[in-house]
Amino acid sequence: MQNMRDIKRRISSFQNTKQITKAMEMVAAANLRKAQQKAESARPYADKMREVIASVAAGTQGIQNPMLVSRPVKKTGYLVITSDRGLAGGFNANLLRSLIKTIREKHNSSDDYAIFVIGRKGRDFLKRRGYPIIGEVTGLSDSPEFADIKTIAKQAVEQYAKEYYDELYLVFNEFINPVTQRPVVKQLLPLSDVTEQKETGTQALYEFEPSAEEVLEALLPQYAETLIYSAVLESKASEFGARMSAMGSATDNATEMIANLRLQYNRARQAAITQEIAEIVGGANALS
Amino acid sequence: MSTMQLDIVTPERTVYSEQVEMVIARAAEGDIGILPHHSPFVSPLKITAVRVKKDGKEFLVAISGGFIEVRGDKVTILAETAELPQDIDVERAEAAKERAEKRLADKKKEDIDFKRAQLALDKAINRIKVARSR
Repeated sequence: MQNMRDIKRRISSFQNTKQITKAMEMVAAANLRKAQQKAESARPYADKMREVIASVAAGTQGIQNPMLVSRPVKKTGYLVITSDRGLAGGFNANLLRSLIKTIREKHNSSDDYAIFVIGRKGRDFLKRRGYPIIGEVTGLSDSPEFADIKTIAKQAVEQYAKEYYDELYLVFNEFINPVTQRPVVKQLLPLSDVTEQKETGTQALYEFEPSAEEVLEALLPQYAETLIYSAVLESKASEFGARMSAMGSATDNATEMIANLRLQYNRARQAAITQEIAEIVGGANALS
Repeated sequence: MSTMQLDIVTPERTVYSEQVEMVIARAAEGDIGILPHHSPFVSPLKITAVRVKKDGKEFLVAISGGFIEVRGDKVTILAETAELPQDIDVERAEAAKERAEKRLADKKKEDIDFKRAQLALDKAINRIKVARSR
């Protein structure tokens, strides 16, 4: 009898868990849609900026902006984008693992690199292991505004301009589709792909005010910041995707466990009844 | 009257996208008015109210941290923030203005703070001006 009550208690505990994971799955699905929309609406800005920069760079040969030119690398900067909350499967773990792998492969001492980190999970992980963190942002909302990450983005770009480090990598989860995310380590600075891109269609010859160099100087940091913002939005979408599938499989597992336990419970119940009948029959036989 | 396409885009969304007749903005080296068929042009913009003329009526858009690109009959303003008059929270802007003024009055602060306060003040004044134009 004790056994039956135990099973019953476990069933109801699993049911509670299932309710929570189910709710989290649905919330993540709704947030995912919003995050995708947000990432979508941020695209025109970055695209337009890239277009202008490409044509400025193409129209003005021989301009040496430090943002575009690679220099010998003495120190590397990493900007790592993780989430504040867990329960998203391997979202943060995979990302941090690939970060550490890259660092191990490329650097011998911790003086050779510096890390900016967004998200509580990444910060706690890196801090605990004593990685050199020079900037952090936590507690981003589910749909971050540009202003929320502006400070860290600006810092990251400025440190490059001041030659504190000579290249800057973005480490984040690339959004492939709602169930697939892939950790990537992407070079942000120097901006190499802007000028390499071949011009398509009509090439406009702009008038610049005050001058092409100065326009480029103003645009490039802004563009880099925009790219960081897009990466943050993409990482958010990935986070919700990862959470959705993690919670989805958690719900499935809970359902399965409940079914198994219910079977056990019914068996135990049947055994108890059988035993009771046997006892009654036995008792009746003893009387006669 | 000939028109041109005006797009005002921020990192978050497209704020405005319509056919307009004229755009007046404060570029790096002074005010510039743009009519249809302007030659290709790029310049950073000051923190300012951009004047837009559409159907013979003028209205203002508060811009900060942006630049303007003109190409063919397309004008694109890319800005960190861009607000139409009806989107501005006047009370918040007033509060920001007061805060910035107080900080500017306190002269003991470092240069960096001073610069930031000045920027904040410009933004707030700009917003208030645009909101009043409604």
